[in-house]
Amino acid sequence: MTSYRITGARLLGADPTDLLLTDGRLADLDDAPTDAVTVDADGLVALPGLVDLHTHLREPGREDSETVATGSRAAAAGGFTAVHAMANTDPVADTAGVVEQVLNLGLAAGYCDVRPVGAVTVGLGGTRLAELGAMADSAAQVRMFSDDGKCVSDAVLMRRALEYVKAFDGVIAQHAQEPRLTEDAQMNEGTMSGVLGMQGWPAVAEEAIIARDILLTAHVGSRLHVCHVSTAGSVELIRWAKGKGWNVTAEVTPHHLLLTDDLVATYDPIYKVNPPLRTSGDVEALRAGLADGTIDCVATDHAPHPTEDKECEWGAAAMGMLGLETALSVVQQAMVDTGLLDWADVADRMSVRPAQIGRLGGHGQPLEPGAPANLVLVDPAATRTIDPRDSASLSRNTPYAGRELPGRVVATFLRGRATVLDGKLQ
Amino acid sequence: MKRHLLSSADLSRADALQVLDTAEELRTLANRPIKKLPTLRGRTVVNLFFEDSTRTRISFEAAAKRLSADVINFSAKGSSVSKGESLKDTALTLEAMGADAVVIRHGSSGAPHRLATSGWVRSSVVNAGDGTHEHPTQALLDAFTLRRHLGDLDGRRVTIVGDVLHSRVARSNAWLLSTLGADVTLVAPPTLLPVGVENWPVQSSYDLDSALDKCDAVMMLRVQRERMNAAFFPSAREYSRRYGLDGRRFARLPEHAIVMHPGPMNRGMEIAADVADSARSVIVEQVTNGVAVRMAVLYLLLSGQPGESERDVAPTTRESELSGLAGAAR
Repeated sequence: MTSYRITGARLLGADPTDLLLTDGRLADLDDAPTDAVTVDADGLVALPGLVDLHTHLREPGREDSETVATGSRAAAAGGFTAVHAMANTDPVADTAGVVEQVLNLGLAAGYCDVRPVGAVTVGLGGTRLAELGAMADSAAQVRMFSDDGKCVSDAVLMRRALEYVKAFDGVIAQHAQEPRLTEDAQMNEGTMSGVLGMQGWPAVAEEAIIARDILLTAHVGSRLHVCHVSTAGSVELIRWAKGKGWNVTAEVTPHHLLLTDDLVATYDPIYKVNPPLRTSGDVEALRAGLADGTIDCVATDHAPHPTEDKECEWGAAAMGMLGLETALSVVQQAMVDTGLLDWADVADRMSVRPAQIGRLGGHGQPLEPGAPANLVLVDPAATRTIDPRDSASLSRNTPYAGRELPGRVVATFLRGRATVLDGKLQ
Repeated sequence: MKRHLLSSADLSRADALQVLDTAEELRTLANRPIKKLPTLRGRTVVNLFFEDSTRTRISFEAAAKRLSADVINFSAKGSSVSKGESLKDTALTLEAMGADAVVIRHGSSGAPHRLATSGWVRSSVVNAGDGTHEHPTQALLDAFTLRRHLGDLDGRRVTIVGDVLHSRVARSNAWLLSTLGADVTLVAPPTLLPVGVENWPVQSSYDLDSALDKCDAVMMLRVQRERMNAAFFPSAREYSRRYGLDGRRFARLPEHAIVMHPGPMNRGMEIAADVADSARSVIVEQVTNGVAVRMAVLYLLLSGQPGESERDVAPTTRESELSGLAGAAR
C-alpha cells in the first residue's frame, strides 16, 4: 500500500505541518518509509474526512438516478469518507437483507464507507415498526433509523420507536413534516408563495413535529436527531431542548444555509426541495445555530433525480438537489468566509459530530499518529464555477450550476488510500 | 412590449396602457359587418389548453381569427398529454409545427413561465391562466372594462371579493389595477386570503359590508362549493350570507358603481341572480371586451417580431394599419 507524506498542510487551518499516512493510519513522521509519495499541500487545509448523515444513493430501485458506486464517487470528490445511505429505496431498507446489500455495494465500490440507515416503519408506511433490532444486529450495524422523505407522524409509533432503539444505542432521525399541513405543498409558505400562487409548506408544519418529538424524547429518555432543519423557529426549539439537557441533535443542509425562497420566482424546479428553501431570516438563524452549536452538523440531503424529473413544470417536478460535491464549498461561503466558523469548527460540524451521532467508529477522529487515515485536503483559496457535467453523480440536478463557489477538494484519503488526488477521482 | 405575456405583475404601466389603447382601437371592429383584419395572416397561434376552459379558449380563438392568424387548438384531454407526454415534448412538437404564439392554460402555477424561459420554444408565450398564479388577459379585459365605465383608473376604488387564495384572476387584477393607479381592496374570509397579502400593494378586509360604500366597482370571484370540504368555510349558505353580493348589499353600492364577474358564475352563491342581471352588471360586456383585449395582446406580441419574409416591412405596416383603423373609427 502506498504511503503518503503530506507536506505543509494547515491542520484544521492552523500552521503548516507534515503528515504521514502509512498502512491506513496516520503515523509518526520518523517512521516514513523510503518510498513514501510526497503530496505538496502548501496552502491546503487538512480536515478529517467528512461524514454525511444524510445521503440518497437511490440503489436499489432507482439506478437511473444514482448507484451506490456513483454516489460514493461523488462523496469522495466532495471530501467525504463516510456517508449514511437513506432508507427510501425500492425495496425500502427496512430489513437486514436490504441494509446488508447496501453495505456490500459500498464496500465493493470502495470510495467511502457507506453506512445504511434503516427505515423506522415497514415500507415507510408509518404504521408498523420495521425490524430495527435485526438491522442493528446485522453486518451493517445500523444505528440510525429514519423514514426520511416521510415523517413518522403517528405520535405513538414515534414514541415506541424512540423507546425501542435505546436497547442498541440507536437514534431516530426524524423528517419533521406534519403531513396534513403540507398536502400538495410546493414551497415555503410566505409572501412568495402567495404571490406565485403556490401551495405553501408552512414553518409550523416542521416546528410542531420537532416540538412534539423533543418532548417525547425527553419523556422516554431516548435519542432524537432532527433531519434538515430549515426554519428559525426550529433552531429556537432545538436550542431550548439542548438547554434542558435532552439528547437532541440536528443537521442543516448546505442549500438551506445559502439559498432562499425568492429563487422559486424563476419557476425552475432545480430549486424544488423538501423541506423547501426558506427566507433570508431563516438562513440567518440557521447559520447562527450552526455557529453556536445548536445545530450539530451539516448534512447534504444529496438527492439525485433524472433529468426528466426536473425538466418539466414546477408542480410535476421531483423534490431534491445534489449536494455531496458542493457541500464543503457552500459551507465555506456561508460560514467560513463570513467569519462564523473557522476550519476547526468545520471539522467539528462536518466530521466529528456527525460521526458521533451516527456512532461511526474510525471517522471524525483527531488527525494524530495512530488514527485511521481518513482525511481531506482543501484549497480554500481556489474558486470554481459549478458545471453539472463535471459531477461524478449520475444526476445533474445541482442548484449551483453557473455559480462561482470558493474552495476545492484537492485530495481525499480513505484509510490511507487516495480516493481523490490532484482534484481527480482515483 | 416584451416577447411574452406571463403575468400582470411584470407589466409596466406603459405596457398595460399600450394594450388597453390598442384594444380600444380594435374593439371598433366588433361593430363592423366584417370583423377581420389581415394583420397576422400566415402566423400560427396555438391554443394549448391543459385544463378545460371553453370560454377562454374560444375568446383567444376569436381574437386570433379576427387578426387572420391560423389557429390550432390543442386540448390535453384525449391527446398525447393524457398518455404521459411531458410539457417539454409537447412544446417541442408545437415548435416543430411552426407556432408563432402559444396560448397556454395549465393547472401548474408557473408552467407558462417555464415554457417561455426553458429554451424549448422560440414562439411568444401568452399565459391564459396558470394554476393559482395569474390570468393576465382576464385582468387586462377587466381593466379595459373598468376604464370604459369609469375613465382613468387613477384613484378609483375596486373591491375584489371571494376566494382570493385560489384565484389567478384576483392576483392578476391586484397587480394590474394597482399598476394603473386604482385602490384595490381584497375581501375574503381569513381562510381564503393568501399568507403575506399585507405585503401586496392592496388593502384587504374580512368585512364585505364595510368595503362597499365608497367603491366604484365590485368584482365577485367564483367560489367553488367544494372548498367547504377543506374547511375554508363551513357551508355554502354561510359563505353566501357573509360574502355574497345579494340585493341588500347591491343597494348599498354608490349609484355609478359597476358589478363584475370573470365567469362562470355560481348564481345564488357569490352573486344573486337579479344582481348579475341588473343594468349595472357588466359581466356580458366583459366577454366582448375579452376578445378585443386578446386581439391587442396577440397583435402587439406578434407584429413586434415579424417572420423572416416580413421583417423589413412589418413596423410600417403596423403603424399604418393602426392609424387607418383609428381613422375608420372616427
